[in-house]
Amino acid sequence: MSLSVKDKKIIKAFFGTISSKAEDVGKEALSRTLVVYPQTKTYFSHWKDLSPGSDKVRKHGGVIMEGIANAVENIDDLSAGLLTLSELHAFMLRIDPANFKIINHNILVAFAMLFPGDFTPEVHVSVDKFLSQLALALSEKYR
Amino acid sequence: MVAWTEFERATIESIFSKMDYEDVGPAALSRCLVVYPWTQRYFAKFGNLYNAEAIQANPMVAAHGKTVLHGLDRAVKNMDNIKAIYAELSVLHSEKLHVDPDNFKLLADCLTIVVAARMGKDFTADVQAAFQKFLAVVVSSLGRQYH
Repeated sequence: MSLSVKDKKIIKAFFGTISSKAEDVGKEALSRTLVVYPQTKTYFSHWKDLSPGSDKVRKHGGVIMEGIANAVENIDDLSAGLLTLSELHAFMLRIDPANFKIINHNILVAFAMLFPGDFTPEVHVSVDKFLSQLALALSEKYR
Repeated sequence: MVAWTEFERATIESIFSKMDYEDVGPAALSRCLVVYPWTQRYFAKFGNLYNAEAIQANPMVAAHGKTVLHGLDRAVKNMDNIKAIYAELSVLHSEKLHVDPDNFKLLADCLTIVVAARMGKDFTADVQAAFQKFLAVVVSSLGRQYH
């Protein structure tokens, strides 16, 4: 399920549209991950405040969205572009890759909430494909 | 038996009482057929599913979307007994329709996205948790009678 020329065009355009609210998207996506899938809280035991919209959650949501924006820039070679981030997740953070599906789902929910008119089914399928490829590239260095 | 909190019961009831079935049903089903095109295998008799525009304009898809959404009404009204309520529908999907039960989750995800788009900020994390829990129970019940 690799990205077609059309997919890449749609993805670049959509991420341009959402860029002004990227931190909001990230905050929503991460908040929902922690609330709707409580097992993900195990990765944040070092934070005191895990409530939706807390400062730490907002900031970290922003960090994640920056990583994703970087991936959009590197859309033609995600494995190469995400090498350093993959090493970070594989050797330092050691987040179980099953969780990438979870946060991807919540990123889609955040898009639907914040950009209901722009997040059409056509955009949805291209973004879903992109986030899946991203997760794969991020898992590259795990083993 | 599933344990529901007062918040979860109230949330599910509120979402479905305010929902425009004519809008959400067709939107969820057509989104599913676009985002997960292999699900089109079950709708060979529906005519033109050639591209996203055709799917979203297809009247048979729209009609079936409403049917599916109204099918959730029984679960909303009998939240303490969803498994039993859906036993017959589960047999139907298995024996007659031959639907791979993995597809139920795909449709449930699309329904979540459509409801999120309609509700905007009101679709808080807690509301999402309740809604996804409800759909997970529905999905599990629909797959229960497969053998």
